[in-house]
Amino acid sequence: MSEAEIDAGALAGDHSIKPVSSRIPPGRKVAGKWLIGLATLGLAAMLLLQVLDSAGIVAIGFENWRPLLCAYLAWAVALGVGQVMIRGEAGHRALFLLPAVLFTVSMVIFPTVFGLYIAFTDWNLSSFAGRQLNGLDNLRALWADPYYWNALGNMVWYVLAVLVQYAIAFGLALLLNAEIRARKFFRVVFLMPFMLSPVAVSWMVGKSIMEYRFGPAATFARFIGWDNPAFFASPWVARLSIMAMDGWVSIPFIMILLLAGLQALPTDILEAARIDGAKPWQSFWKITFPLMLPVSVTAVILRIIFELKLADIVINVTAGGPGGATDTVSSFIYREYRDRSNVGYGTMLAQVYFVLIVIFVTALLNLVSRWMRRLT
Amino acid sequence: MSAAAWRVKRISGRTLLYAAALLWAFISLFPIYWTVTTSFKTAVDVTQGHLIPFVDFQPDWRGWRSLGLSPDTIGATSTVREEFLRRFENSIVASVGASVLAVVIGSLAAYGLSRFRYRFGPWRNKDISFWFLSQLILPPVVLAMPFLVLYKELALLDTRVGLILVYALMVLPIVIWIMRDQFASIPIELEEAARVDGATVWQSFFRIVAPLALPGMVAAFILSVVLCWNEYFFAALLTSSDAKTLPVMVASQTGSQGINWWSMAALSTAAIAPLALIGIFLERYIIRGLTAGAVK
Repeated sequence: MSEAEIDAGALAGDHSIKPVSSRIPPGRKVAGKWLIGLATLGLAAMLLLQVLDSAGIVAIGFENWRPLLCAYLAWAVALGVGQVMIRGEAGHRALFLLPAVLFTVSMVIFPTVFGLYIAFTDWNLSSFAGRQLNGLDNLRALWADPYYWNALGNMVWYVLAVLVQYAIAFGLALLLNAEIRARKFFRVVFLMPFMLSPVAVSWMVGKSIMEYRFGPAATFARFIGWDNPAFFASPWVARLSIMAMDGWVSIPFIMILLLAGLQALPTDILEAARIDGAKPWQSFWKITFPLMLPVSVTAVILRIIFELKLADIVINVTAGGPGGATDTVSSFIYREYRDRSNVGYGTMLAQVYFVLIVIFVTALLNLVSRWMRRLT
Repeated sequence: MSAAAWRVKRISGRTLLYAAALLWAFISLFPIYWTVTTSFKTAVDVTQGHLIPFVDFQPDWRGWRSLGLSPDTIGATSTVREEFLRRFENSIVASVGASVLAVVIGSLAAYGLSRFRYRFGPWRNKDISFWFLSQLILPPVVLAMPFLVLYKELALLDTRVGLILVYALMVLPIVIWIMRDQFASIPIELEEAARVDGATVWQSFFRIVAPLALPGMVAAFILSVVLCWNEYFFAALLTSSDAKTLPVMVASQTGSQGINWWSMAALSTAAIAPLALIGIFLERYIIRGLTAGAVK
């Protein structure tokens, strides 16, 4: 029970509140320790009972594992109260952090550990055999699964598309930062796609506007001379269509971040450059763009992290087709769960993907921070 | 450069600027316009690609009638409408509940992290903050299956409480990110003065800091509501009948409707309407939430 070790004092430096020392009667300390100890014992006992019951050793007949959940909640409350009793002021301070920590730990750690276990089983919901550990079979199957590698390859394209989104978003941010009338109107309008649910967008754009027969986009494409405007038939066109839809929803996000960055720029430098006769194009590349680099990096990295989760639009518009050309890893695993009930294998795919993401994002952050340090 | 040439250049620049702005406004709004108008179309209008109501087609309540929301069916009982309203309610409960939960525990944690010094084994404040934020990387697919099994065992599958918990987990890092930025902008002297006057940590938090941090909390709350409202992946896997949310309903209709575009359009319009309203009236909170901590 290492949470109890959370020790709260004052922050050093500018942001600090000095701790108020108060004497805690030894009796209260002991009572607090007993409270936490008893609660832990209770939780352990409940866990033991439930495990024994589900293993069929004792017959209490729990319907589900909810009693354990209640025991956990009670333990969490006891832990909080105990902290205050034992450590007084410092315990009060720990109480600020405890709910979020306990919540996240219980919601993330358990599923991750349990997911690791599932990943090494041959569990299929539609088979009656139940789950059995099958060692590295899932990993071997993954290694030989062309669709998984194909989906990973697609992710590279989707991540690269973020750079295009960034370029467009930068243009829009500059536009909103320029002296134009009805700026507020344009800001609200430009932000609008971000608010809409990707599932609704899948229908609105993917399934009706880009529909082959009657969709206005298809009509327009025919009008400008594309005889056969099938947006989701050939691999690259389909991929570009998905990217366009995804961009439509997510460009406003980058745009808003960049706009905030532009508005925080020191105006006197740009003013001075203008007086010195710099062309707008020059002053953009020599002044605005370098000054915007930190914001840009934040925006692009956040966007890449979200892009790696892309699924809704693909699931609902193309279901990965044609021939897996638009598949993202998430949508591929989703179909593995939904259509093939292949829980064990799908979870292995997800876990491997998670490891790859962590490696990729960590490398990216390191690279970027090194690069930024060299620049400044 | 002569004054006239300069003016021509300036005016053409302006024109380009407005043309670009109008073009993107058109791109942003056309799908919404299309969806709203299509919900009033009949089959002929759809197949012939009519665009402008009253000019090239006569609006009809067809799409809304199929949802049970047109003027002539609003009084009658309609199973589709009941289904829709149930999904709508689920979406509201799940997104508001999750946002409240996330804002409460996220604000407390962010306040603690910005004001007190914690030590947890080798971990300091910076590490704890990073740990919270790093949850953002976690893709939903990794948690989906374990959650499905876990919820089945806890009898939380297909319940609103289950959705609320998952969504709160999903938006918690964002809330902590926003609130940390918010608390850092509140001068610490106010709390110190309160402490000297004998207020406890909780009193100084609730009486002094929380009211000042309210704009940040509202921004975090609204951004959370938007993200939860639009969430599809967990809802599709973890709910089946009782707790199904609006996006799942929209998604389940897309395949089966064929050329019934008017009813899909009506459903999509109804699903995006609350968010469009939030986007129009609460836009500054969204922007505030998105830009927290991005600009130093």
